[in-house]
Parts: sequence; structure tokens; C-alpha cells
Amino acid sequence: MERLTKRFGARVAFEELSFEVGWGEVFGLLGPNGAGKTSAVRVLCTLLPPTSGAAEVAGVALAPGNEFEIRRRISVATDQPGLYLKLSVRDNLEFFAGLYGLRPPHATARIEECAAAVGIAARLEDVAGTLSRGLAQRACLARALLPGPGLLFLDEPTTGLDPEAAAGVREIISGLRQRGTTVFMTTHRLDEAEQLCDRVAIVNTRLVSVGTAAELKARMTPPALEVRVAEPLRDPGKVFGPKSWRNGRAPGVYIVEVEDPQRDAPEVARAVVGAGAALVRLGEVATSLEDAYLELLESER
Amino acid sequence: MNARTLVVVRKEFREYRRNRFIVTTMAALPVVLLAILVAETFSLPSGISEAGLRRPVGEALLFLQLIPVMLPTTIAAYAIMGEREQKTLETVLTTPVSDAELLAGKAIAAVLPAVAISWLLFGAYVGLADIFAPHIVVSQIWTVEQAVAMGLLGPGLAAFAIVVGILVSLRSSDFRVAQQLAVLAAAPVIGFVALITFRVLDPSVGLYAVAAAAVFLVVAVLWRVCLRLFSRERLLTAGRTS
Repeated sequence: MERLTKRFGARVAFEELSFEVGWGEVFGLLGPNGAGKTSAVRVLCTLLPPTSGAAEVAGVALAPGNEFEIRRRISVATDQPGLYLKLSVRDNLEFFAGLYGLRPPHATARIEECAAAVGIAARLEDVAGTLSRGLAQRACLARALLPGPGLLFLDEPTTGLDPEAAAGVREIISGLRQRGTTVFMTTHRLDEAEQLCDRVAIVNTRLVSVGTAAELKARMTPPALEVRVAEPLRDPGKVFGPKSWRNGRAPGVYIVEVEDPQRDAPEVARAVVGAGAALVRLGEVATSLEDAYLELLESER
Repeated sequence: MNARTLVVVRKEFREYRRNRFIVTTMAALPVVLLAILVAETFSLPSGISEAGLRRPVGEALLFLQLIPVMLPTTIAAYAIMGEREQKTLETVLTTPVSDAELLAGKAIAAVLPAVAISWLLFGAYVGLADIFAPHIVVSQIWTVEQAVAMGLLGPGLAAFAIVVGILVSLRSSDFRVAQQLAVLAAAPVIGFVALITFRVLDPSVGLYAVAAAAVFLVVAVLWRVCLRLFSRERLLTAGRTS
């Protein structure tokens, strides 16, 4: 997408978004509430027209007249399961299979296949309204898989799910990556994005940053080693030499910034031991995507 | 019929079958109506004059004509509103179904049962009249004019009621308001049918045929308006746009 913008009158949903998602990639769109994530998905899915800018979705230009062709190539699972509650899961899937142009017996086989892929094959005859939130979300994913989309949009796929159900959905998404499906997902769960996504974009109506989780973390937090010694050092500046350092969260814990943690760790260990200190632990400082996300949003403000 | 439209029609029928509210609404009104008509018309004295028959028969025929107008308003008003309430609309709109296919499927699924029920009711009424009512009653009901009215004007009125219902549904955010507006919008049609059935306008095959053609013409115009007003953005953002 190139400088893609959506406004509702004077209100900006998102503006000037520019990034690319590669085929077969699992891409995460992160941002706080009201950042424009869902609106971005709706625009890319041709549900809402963009105000300005350009985009190509599944190889088709996002332009008036191309909506049908785009919708034929993509599939969307919204944050709500979007099931007809009085119909059975099979009835629901048959309806959507029909809208995607699948006809029996191919449609029937495809329904069985997709239901099995998300673990609800045994619940096909259940009325959708009787399903738990987790099972309904699985049924929603089965529906989204029906057309065998090249590009799948997932809007907050684990919202409202208990940890076990959420883990099940993440497993399904991992399976999609292995099958080469391009996944464009929005999520609030940063651990989930870090675990599933090849790359992420952080948005707050505007693009804040885009890259792999490792790149974003490195961008905000320089690589560092955590040194833990039995007794606090008398003169840490002398021990760590020219390297930048700061006290850690407990006495005897120091954070030492280095260029390459793996390469520089032995040198730091030798310096600590050489100073007569008892080295208890030496390890790379683990920065989470959440830390980077919060810092990126803070720096944006 | 387009394949995707047929898929929508099938889904709507499945939902009707599983939705007791819709089934009860559709079944209760005709049954009650038939009972009233039977009670009123069949108790007429056998020696009643043709002039004396005008009011009871006129009322009966008015009710029969109104069935296809009244029955589908609930369904039509629920057409888009129901999808929004169940949060299925967004999901449906992300599929390759076009606006026209979706609306046509919903309209056809509402027209067919309404027309079928009105014809069944008319058939039952004529059949019962033939058995239990004075012969003069049957000769007033079972006429070529009435057959044309039921065969042509009835489906036209049903289509009108449904298109108006969908139109209101597209622009309303509350189901009850949509239903009431849809019924109100059908008021002019009810007035027109009343003028004919009470012989203020002389019923004839020509009049019914012209009336049916006019109603279908209005339906065609309103259908185009429906398609123009079908705004995915408005439906999904539901008034949050400013």
C-alpha cells in the first residue's frame, strides 16, 4: 500500500500508510484502540473505499470496479465469528461455500476438509448459537478457509478467547503459514504477534514502524548483557571500561550495552572475574516486542 | 436465477424454518384472517341480495389482497437489520456476492412465501365458501377479475411491500422502527386496494392488470433506488461516519 488514507468526514481512521506484505508472509498490524487497524483491514477487503492513496491486494489494484476480483481472491475472519446463530455449522459453511462459488460435491468435501483443519469436524451439525466462543471462532476460521484464499485477513482472531482456545487458534495460524497462505492479521496481543508474525507494522493512525520483531526491538533497545554478581561491584565503571552500563533491578545486577552480545560476553565475563567478583549469571537482556511497542508509541507521541 | 442469489434464497429459507418468530408471524395472521372471513361471510342469509353482499365480500377480498402486503414486512425489514444484529453482514460483504445478488436473494425469499400463503388462503376461502356459504357468495368471490387480482396484483403488492421494507431496512438502525415504517409505507397501496375492493373503482380485468403493471413499475424504480442506497460503508459504520 502506498500512502493509503481513510477518513470518516473530519475524523482520521488512518493516514499515509505505506508498506508491503510479501506472499506467504504472516504479517501483523499492531496498534492501540482507535489506531485504524480494523478500518485498514476493511479498506483492503473492499468493504470501505479509501479516501486517498493506492494499494494492491492479492495482485489486484484496489480501485473501483476491482472489488469482485479482490474479494474472489481473499478471505476475511472478523473479530466476531459472524455465524448465523440459528443455523447449524454445516448450514453456515454451505452458505458461504455457495457465495464463494463452490458447488456440491466439491463444496461438501471442502467443508469437511476445512472443519477438520480447525478441529470442528465433529461439531458440524451443532447449531452455531450453541457453540462456545472458542468453537465459534474455529468455525469462523473454517469459513474463512473455504475458498482456499491466497490472502487471509484475520481481525483480532483471539479476542475474547480463553488461553486454551487462543492457543488453538494460534496453532491454526501457524499451520496456514506452513501451507504458504499469506496472513494479514491485526492483534492487541504482542506475544501472539511476536510468536506468529514474520513482520509487524505498528500503527497509531499513522505508520510508526515496520519490520521483524527482532528489528523493532533492536531499533528501540540496544543489545545488552545482564551481569549478576554475588556482591555489588566497588567500581563498576572501572570493570566495564568504556562500555555504557547502568544498574539493574537489584543490587549486584548491571546492564551493560554491547555491540554483539554473543561476541562480547566472554570479554565482559573476564573483566568481572578479573576484578575479583563472583559472577553468578551472565546473559543477554531479553527485550520483548511489548517493550519495543510501548517505546515506539511513546516516541511517536 | 443467478447462482449466488439462489444460495442467498436457500439460506433465508433455512433461517425462516429455524426461526419460530418468523414462522409464527407468517402462519398466525393468515389463520386468524381466514377464521374471521369464514365467520363473517358464511353466516350470511341465503337470500341476501347482490348489493347486500358488497360490504362483506369487499372486506374479505380486501383482507386477501392485503396478505401479501402485510406478511413480508417483518421479513423485509429484518433483511439487512437482521444481518447487522447477528454481526454477519460484514462477513457476507467480504465474499464475492454483489449488492444486487444479496438483495435479490433476500427479496425473492420474502416474496415467495408471502404470495404462496396468499394464494393458499384464497384457495381455502373459495373452497370453504363453495361448501358452506350461499352460492351467491362464491359467484362474487370466484371471478375472472379476482383471479387476475390474486395472480398479478398480489405478487406485485408483495414485491412492493418487500422492496419498501428493504429500503427502510437499509436506512434504519432499529428493527422496530424499520418494521413500522415499512407498514406505513404500504398505506397508499392499502388505500388503493380498498377503493377497488369496495367498488369505488369498478373492478375489471383491465383495471387489475393496469394496477399490477403500475405496481411492478414502481417496484422496478424502488429496486434501483435500493441498489443506489446500498452503501457498504454506511451499513458497516452505522452512523459513525460524520
